[in-house]
Amino acid sequence: MSDAIRTRMGDGERITMSASELKEEILAGTVDAAEKGSVPQLSDDELDELFEIMAHPDRMVSVEPGKEVIVTDDGATMSFYSGQEGGGVGVPLSRMQAILIYERACGADTTSMGHSDYSYKPVKSIVNFEMNEYYTASQMTTAPFFYGAQPNMGLYYQPDGPWPNPADLLGKGDIEGAKKTQEDAAEHLRKDLGFVVRKLDRVGCEGINFDTSGSAGDADYLAALQAVRDVKKDLPHMPLILGASGEFVLGMHGSVEFDGKRLAGMYPHEQVEVAEAAGADIVGIAVNTNTNESVAWNLARATTFVKAATAASGIPVHVNVGMGVGGVPMMEQPPIDSVSRVSKTLVELGKADGL
Amino acid sequence: MGMHLSHIMTSGMGGIRTAGDLVAWMQMTRRMRIDEAKEYVAGKLGVDLMDLTDEEVMRQLREDLGLGLVTSVSGSPKGIRAKMKISELLEVRINSVELFKSQTGYPG
Repeated sequence: MSDAIRTRMGDGERITMSASELKEEILAGTVDAAEKGSVPQLSDDELDELFEIMAHPDRMVSVEPGKEVIVTDDGATMSFYSGQEGGGVGVPLSRMQAILIYERACGADTTSMGHSDYSYKPVKSIVNFEMNEYYTASQMTTAPFFYGAQPNMGLYYQPDGPWPNPADLLGKGDIEGAKKTQEDAAEHLRKDLGFVVRKLDRVGCEGINFDTSGSAGDADYLAALQAVRDVKKDLPHMPLILGASGEFVLGMHGSVEFDGKRLAGMYPHEQVEVAEAAGADIVGIAVNTNTNESVAWNLARATTFVKAATAASGIPVHVNVGMGVGGVPMMEQPPIDSVSRVSKTLVELGKADGL
Repeated sequence: MGMHLSHIMTSGMGGIRTAGDLVAWMQMTRRMRIDEAKEYVAGKLGVDLMDLTDEEVMRQLREDLGLGLVTSVSGSPKGIRAKMKISELLEVRINSVELFKSQTGYPG
């Protein structure tokens, strides 16, 4: 093995490291995650395994046969026909064509569709159109077919939505007002999420993805958790994925609770517990990639969080491994050398049930 | 798309090329972790765990059981008809299948 190991930074830049430097990066990454999340560091054996994966000279690596997991997605089919802004390759395909190509040509374990805005608020006003498209496509698909979008509570604030913007209120020192408007927006979002799911249930929807929940903070995450519980009460047959947006729940409100547990500051191993309690069938977790650190540092860190989460969870854990999360470099075209190393490591060392 | 495909090739089960879709149904409908879901599906198919991602085994088995194939065989079940077979095999509720059955008066 060469002393100069080719690897990358968190922004995708190609760099080389010596074996000792690479080991130092891996150790620093797991130490950082363990300190921040109050979770165990990776063991010496796991650190050695991660080093072997990162230092492997081949361009791509893969899991050992028999260790494969389920791959779900967050609008992957939209990437066939959308543009650069959505990571799309701009091929003029219909939604149906993209869905079937993803299932049959790409061998995806599950497939999905979503609105180009990929948020539930804009879906609400056109849900009848989405119902029609979903129903038609569901007659053709064989693999599980999800409808996905983000709760994205930011769209509920002025000027995009009806509720006063908490950022404006905080700027005026109105902390209680900022909290109240987040609570109002969360209740609005909770109802909209339930509305869209109930509509899609009428056309035989096979599964729903509340993707990137909590992007507007803890009240956003609360709304998603409550919507999961609401839906499961009325529609226990509806499979639900609750995906997260970051390694800890942002405390934009700071005080909201679910089942008596404060959501702000929850790390993945805590998020999986509330997601399971809410009734989610699959929980998605996200660990942010730091572009100023190496992929080795980021992946060791992500694996530490993921391992703790999969140990704490009673339901399948699918790790978010898109651009800029899970150790995947934060760039438009994440290099496959890094992507495959992230994929293998989070499955084999993180014990993920899916990606 | 390269990122998605990299994950599928590195870690995915292979979807309807193999038994990936079947294992996914068990995670979705029964909240099974990956090992339990694989054991369940392998038991229903009567194959070894390693066969679940073996195209050479699953290709013919899927055709024999009418579970849908990645290649398009004329007249072979695919889409909602394949999902009816999958629902019966795995003994799970698939919502699109339930709707289809209610519309067609299917007694099963």
